[in-house]
Amino acid sequence: MKLRQIAHSRTGDKGNTSSISVIAFDEQDYPLLLRHITPERVKAHFGNLVAGEVIRYEIPSLGALNFVLRQALGGGVTRSLILDTHGKSLSSALLDLELPDDPYTHEAPAQGDA
Amino acid sequence: MRQIRIGAGAGYSGDRIEPAIELAEKGDLQYLVFECLAERTIALAQQAKLRDPAAGYDPLLPERFRAVLPLCHAKDIRIVTNMGAANPQAAAERTRAVAQELGLTGLKIAAVTGDDVLPYLSNGHYRIEETGAAVADVGNRAVSANAYIGAQSIAEALANGAHIVITGRAADPSLFAAPLIHEFGWSLNDFHRLGQATLIGHLLECAGQVTGGYFADPGYKDVPDLARLGFPIGEVSEDGSVVITKVAGSGGRVTPATCKEQILYEIHDPARYLTPDVIADFSNVTVEEVGSDRIRIQGASGGPRPETLKVSIGTVEGFVGEGQISYAGPGARARGELALDIVRERLNLTGVSTSELRFDLIGVNSLHGDRLSGNSGAHEPYEVRIRVVGRTDSLAEAVRIGNEVETLYTNGPAGGGGVTKSAREVVGILSTYIPRHLVRPTVHYVEC
Repeated sequence: MKLRQIAHSRTGDKGNTSSISVIAFDEQDYPLLLRHITPERVKAHFGNLVAGEVIRYEIPSLGALNFVLRQALGGGVTRSLILDTHGKSLSSALLDLELPDDPYTHEAPAQGDA
Repeated sequence: MRQIRIGAGAGYSGDRIEPAIELAEKGDLQYLVFECLAERTIALAQQAKLRDPAAGYDPLLPERFRAVLPLCHAKDIRIVTNMGAANPQAAAERTRAVAQELGLTGLKIAAVTGDDVLPYLSNGHYRIEETGAAVADVGNRAVSANAYIGAQSIAEALANGAHIVITGRAADPSLFAAPLIHEFGWSLNDFHRLGQATLIGHLLECAGQVTGGYFADPGYKDVPDLARLGFPIGEVSEDGSVVITKVAGSGGRVTPATCKEQILYEIHDPARYLTPDVIADFSNVTVEEVGSDRIRIQGASGGPRPETLKVSIGTVEGFVGEGQISYAGPGARARGELALDIVRERLNLTGVSTSELRFDLIGVNSLHGDRLSGNSGAHEPYEVRIRVVGRTDSLAEAVRIGNEVETLYTNGPAGGGGVTKSAREVVGILSTYIPRHLVRPTVHYVEC
């Protein structure tokens, strides 16, 4: 199962930092996000697209996580040579993350298992 | 409980014009706010002002105001905008001229200045946030430096009876917080209320992004009628809660999901969202559907405003040249890859000096690289577009990058078509922080 089945996402940019929200369609699924969408896994998923650290913030009242990805925009929107200078399309890449088909009983996947 | 209705008439400088007309006409508004100033926009505006002292404000200002001023004047809707960019006073003069063309009288227009802090930067020991280097070392590469100013001077202009308030680099949420501070008499030290006002501003500042724009994903997140997307209205109660809605019959939707995406948009730590007015806390915010296209949002708070103000420094950073060409049909990918190899070798042979170069196959790996694209080399798209882009020290070298793509027409692989090329000067943005006492916003008035 893909993350896209249970969550939606939006990317924003500030300088060379990308921020990506991951929001459960159904707030009941928030614990799944907490368990499976770890900052280590997000960092591994993006690989060399993100040179810096990945920080995860938790917002249980919205059933949502917010990821901050440092050094992720090719030097920043104003100077990047990347076609998508804002990194707007990164949220779609994150929604492609694989979740276990039975995510409530399944252990969190190993780091980098994307 | 008393309510104020604020509409968002633009979410960026190039945004659609008609949604603001719809809001002014049918939104039952007291305020219409236009947020039109991105980080880099002000640096470009500063360069325009250097060439022409009467320029440096948003080039769409006359068109936007011609579209909405008659309605706003007739319905007593007050306008707040950062379309002043690098030259709020010239923007106010131009606004007066537009009002006079339209035959409108009795308008008081305020211009807020004081965000330009370039002269101060050489005197202090400030550090560039992104690199840790000294700001003074940027030297004459800096073309602009603008501090983010807060709601106070905008609220002052409203208290003095301004119908239109035009700022330069004001923080986006402050454009919306100021009318609330003015109308409800909220103290600038009531950080709980200012946290709420900041959340409301943050929800509205990107206009269509909370009413279904930047959201649709067919089959997963469907949004009706995006070609007629309605821009949002915040129905704000005196207790600081808000219902986000839009004009009935306009396109788009307002749902818990659209609001949640916008609440978290471009914030980092949701418990510490810094503005000039407050350190806002969105970490306990709740979202509740109270009707069709009516979402109640509450629970924001805040703590004391930061002692420093963020400053965006515009810097000239050389040039970027780019060229693209497309291939299709059997073997498209191989011909695209051959084209990239040719351009790579040509740039070497002809001695084009670059500090950074990219070679992309659009449709294969240009956005997220080979690994996320699952690009093992076996994928055979029907069509592919190559893109070569590089950073240079001179415009002449930037131009040569696009030219080396263009010459593929007659010198490259079979069937290459649709060349585009460009070369431009790059204005980058760096950030620093300065003590807030150095920034003294001033309000100027013109009337007609």
